[in-house]
Amino acid sequence: MATGAAGGGSASMDTYREARNWLLMPAWVTLAILVLVPVAMMLIYSFLTKEFRGGVIWEFSLAAYDQFFLDRGLFGDEPARIEWTYITIFWRSIWQAATATVLSLAIGFPTAYFIATRPARMRPIWVFLVTIPYWVNLLIRTVSMKFLLRDQGTLNDFLIAMGLIDTPLVIVNTNIGVQIGLFYSYLPFMVLPIYAAVERYNFTLSEAAADLYASRTTTLTRVILPAVKPGVLAGCILVFVPSLGSFLAPDLLGGARNFMIGSLIEEQFKGNAGNWPFGAAASMILLTLVLMLLLLFARQQVKAGKTAG
Amino acid sequence: MKILINAFTALALMTGANAATADDRLVLYHWFEYIPQELLDKFTAETGVSVTMDTYDSNEAMLASLKAGGIGTYDLSVPGDYMVAIMANEGLLDTIADGELKNKGNIAPEWANPNYDPGRRHSIPYQWGSTSFAVNRDVYGGDINTTDILFDPPAELQGRINMLDSQGEIMAMASLHLGIPQCTSDREQLKALDAMLQDAKQHWASFNSDTAKEVLVSGDAAAGQIYDGFAAKAREEGANIEYAYATQGYVAWMDNIALLRDAPNRENALKFMDFMLVPENVATLTNWAQYNPGVSGVSALLDPALATQPEKNPHADAGPGVFIEVCSEDVQAVYDQIWTNLKK
Repeated sequence: MATGAAGGGSASMDTYREARNWLLMPAWVTLAILVLVPVAMMLIYSFLTKEFRGGVIWEFSLAAYDQFFLDRGLFGDEPARIEWTYITIFWRSIWQAATATVLSLAIGFPTAYFIATRPARMRPIWVFLVTIPYWVNLLIRTVSMKFLLRDQGTLNDFLIAMGLIDTPLVIVNTNIGVQIGLFYSYLPFMVLPIYAAVERYNFTLSEAAADLYASRTTTLTRVILPAVKPGVLAGCILVFVPSLGSFLAPDLLGGARNFMIGSLIEEQFKGNAGNWPFGAAASMILLTLVLMLLLLFARQQVKAGKTAG
Repeated sequence: MKILINAFTALALMTGANAATADDRLVLYHWFEYIPQELLDKFTAETGVSVTMDTYDSNEAMLASLKAGGIGTYDLSVPGDYMVAIMANEGLLDTIADGELKNKGNIAPEWANPNYDPGRRHSIPYQWGSTSFAVNRDVYGGDINTTDILFDPPAELQGRINMLDSQGEIMAMASLHLGIPQCTSDREQLKALDAMLQDAKQHWASFNSDTAKEVLVSGDAAAGQIYDGFAAKAREEGANIEYAYATQGYVAWMDNIALLRDAPNRENALKFMDFMLVPENVATLTNWAQYNPGVSGVSALLDPALATQPEKNPHADAGPGVFIEVCSEDVQAVYDQIWTNLKK
């Protein structure tokens, strides 16, 4: 974007280019302090020795990663086997986050498409309507969701009054409850980027496809979807990544019966375990997974850019 | 959720604490829902010291927050019995010199020299009580005075039990259930503890401390591990629940106001401690929180209903009340492993 602007080659643009590094300084400094330093601290902590009841001893140790990947039994003196506990917890979180992403996409794409195809003056109103529930704090929304879904809650009362079910559906304290919470929390992160992409889409392309005898399905899969793909991918990432680390929904709607990645890490810092290096190691492993995902995404984008160009 | 709230309040506090002058402020780090606002207002009216309060939901969360940099931000916190010992060992508590508290003599003799804080050098009594469990009598009418209710529940209660999300409370109760000592280093006993909890978990709907009362009132849980005063409040809020004292025993506890190291408003902290040793104020607290006072001369000022409250009066067959013990590092490592197995 910036290079495109500078391509004009006017004198004032060149002045900007000179100053750009300096103008970007505040952003770089903020990023460094708020992102790089904490991540570096976590990386270092994950290789330190744990102090009993929280804290670290400044001695190099691989114990945290050992604990994550190797099972040495209840007393820590059996021969090492593969530790499935934490892999199971990670897998549960990934599965939940992936399901939430797919659900959000299934609802979010038609919603975004609908909004983007309204008359231009109406679109802001629709977007506004999508964002209204999100003015309320996430914690309060999740608690309210619990009131709606619980055994004696509004949803079950309604379904029973309608005669659709006899006994209440048990949703709270199950994985389905967690799923609903995640999906609901992050849905707008799916709708908004897709909306932005669809809004920029040139609908005469659809007409051209129709002129060339493409069916509506073919138009959707071969013309519209490739054009709005960056928005879809951005939406998926914006839903998947926060869902992965979420601990509000698992805590409140899942009853904290099973650790998710977020609650596992929280436990290391705030629970009895007080195992900071292990919490840091689990965070680093999560971060690595997310980074790999983002790199895949970036490569996809570069490829797409090349073929398009 | 808890992390978020704590992080935001801590941030707000840090910026606030820097801005205000040290003369007129007191920063409390306290349990949630554990002090009536009228008491804080009264303290402010008497001393001119305004109170800022941040809350936590477990002793361990409080310890973690202090060790992660909270020390120096707060003046006082309210650790449970075993946590006072841990905090003192960690060097997180300041020492109250002789004569610094003019009302120290009001402490009830039986609480004046507890083993977790000999001579009360760091802390004063706040409230004491028990942690056991309560059962909804509309759901289950049988005998509830057994820890089987939690760990091997009757069919009516299966899948409808809320446990406190607290390793210490669950391990202590589970040890009572199995009849083994707390913090045992016996391998067979530890294996049995692990196996028993794994098996019991299928009957538990949730682990939650901060909604332990609400789930009983709403009927989401038919039985739940709970503190005695919380159970009394749930009953007053309309839940047909009965608080049980199992024949195997129950967990006893005492919370204490402890003076933190590097307290930014140490003078005001001592004023508050003195304030919380005045029988009249302790009575206000006790009538509201519905636990028991650790200060002499309070009983005459208490709501008469409290004395006969079923939650406060263990029946003749009740087992012993035991305090949570502090495990050695080795045993704690096994406890952590068992806890992870339980929640994986």
